[in-house]
Amino acid sequence: MPPVNYTDAFKDIPGTVVFDATQSRLGYHLNMFCMSLMKAENRAAFKSDERAYLRRFPMTDAQRDAVIARDYNRMIELGGNIYFLAKIGATDGFSFQNLASKMTGMPEDEYKAMMVAGGRSAQGNRSRSDRSK
Amino acid sequence: MARITAGVATSHIPAIGAAIDLGKTGEPYWQPVFKGYEFSKQWIAGRKPDVVILVYNDHASAFSLEIIPTFAIGCAESFAPADEGWGPRPVPVVEGHPELAWHIAQSTILDEFDMTIVNRMDVDHGLTVPMSLMFGQPQAWPCKVIPLAVNVVQYPPPSGNRCWNLGRSIRKAVASFPADLNVMVWGTGGMSHQLQGPRAGLINKEFDARFLDRLTTDPDGLAKVPHLEYVREAGSEGIELVMWLIMRGALEADAREIYRFYHVPASNTAVGHIIFENPR
Repeated sequence: MPPVNYTDAFKDIPGTVVFDATQSRLGYHLNMFCMSLMKAENRAAFKSDERAYLRRFPMTDAQRDAVIARDYNRMIELGGNIYFLAKIGATDGFSFQNLASKMTGMPEDEYKAMMVAGGRSAQGNRSRSDRSK
Repeated sequence: MARITAGVATSHIPAIGAAIDLGKTGEPYWQPVFKGYEFSKQWIAGRKPDVVILVYNDHASAFSLEIIPTFAIGCAESFAPADEGWGPRPVPVVEGHPELAWHIAQSTILDEFDMTIVNRMDVDHGLTVPMSLMFGQPQAWPCKVIPLAVNVVQYPPPSGNRCWNLGRSIRKAVASFPADLNVMVWGTGGMSHQLQGPRAGLINKEFDARFLDRLTTDPDGLAKVPHLEYVREAGSEGIELVMWLIMRGALEADAREIYRFYHVPASNTAVGHIIFENPR
C-alpha cells in the first residue's frame, strides 16, 4: 500500500468531514456569513429576508441553497464548519442537540435517547474500508 | 517564586453552562453531572489558587477564519464573556494576570514556542464553563485567569506531543516568575464526542478510560497518539483532548491523581474530569 497522507487518512472515517485546508478554502465565505450572526442586528436582517442577506456574502448558490434548506450535512460538505454553522441553529432558536439529531437523520427524541443510553458506539463506526472495526 | 501546585482537566460542554445559568442543575438529567463536581468545588475552596492558566479552545467566538493562532495567550487585564448567539453568559468578567502572562509569553517564545500574544479577547464557554463547574456562581471569580487558547477547529491542530512539550515549557516559565503565587493549570474540552455529520453522538468509554489512565501513568507515551486516532476513536471533537496534555506537561512526572469523574452524557458529549496535585 502507498503511504496515505495526513489529510487523506481521515477520509476512511465514516460520516466525518475533517475541516482541513481544502474545506476551509471552500467554506470561507459560508463560515464568515455564520460568524456575522453573532451580532443581533445581523440575525434580525437575516431572519427578515434570508436570500437578500445571503447575497451580501460571495458564497456559491449551492451554499446559499443549503443554508435556506438548513441542510447541515450539505453545508459541511460545502466547507461549513460545525462551530460556525451552529450560529445558524442558535439564530433559529434550536439547541445543539437538535442540530446533531438533524445531521444524523434521527428524530430528536430518538437521538436524545441514544445519548442517554451511552451514545453511538465506536464499534462499526471506525473505518469505511473495514466496517467490522 | 511562583509554583504550579495542581492541574485540573474537565470537559467544557456549553449545555452545562446553560443548565447552571437557567437553574436546571437539580433536574434528574443534570444531577449526576453536577454531583461529580462537588468534591472539586470543596477541594479548590481549600487550595485557593492565585492564578489559573486555563487551556481551552475558542469556538468561532473570538477567532473567526480571519486569524487562526495555534497557541494564543491572553495578556490583557480582563476578558469579557463572549456573546455566542444567545447573549453573553451571566458570569463575572475574567480578571487576567498580565505580568505572569507576559512572562510566560516571553519565556515560552524564547524556548521556541511561537505564541500569539492577545490583548483583547472575549472568552466563550470553553473557558467559562470550567470556571462555573469549579467555582459555582460567585459575584466575582476568586482567582486570576490566564486564557491559553489552542486551535483545535482548523486542521491541523497542534500535535499531542507539541501540547505536552508546551506544558513543560510553561512549567519552566512559571518556576522562574519572581512572585510567590499559587498557580494551577487547567486543560479543558473532550472527552469523546462528535458534533457533526451522520456519525454525531459517538461516545467511546473505553478510549476515555484509557486516556485518563495514561494521562496519570504514561503521559509522554499518550502524547505520541496521532490526530487520526483521536478522531477515529473519540469523534471529530474528541481532538480537544490534546489540550489536556498541556496541563499534564506543566505538572511533575509524579503528580498524584486525587480525583476522577466520568459521566455520559451531557448533551452530545462524555463528561470527563480529573484532578492532579504536584508533590509538595
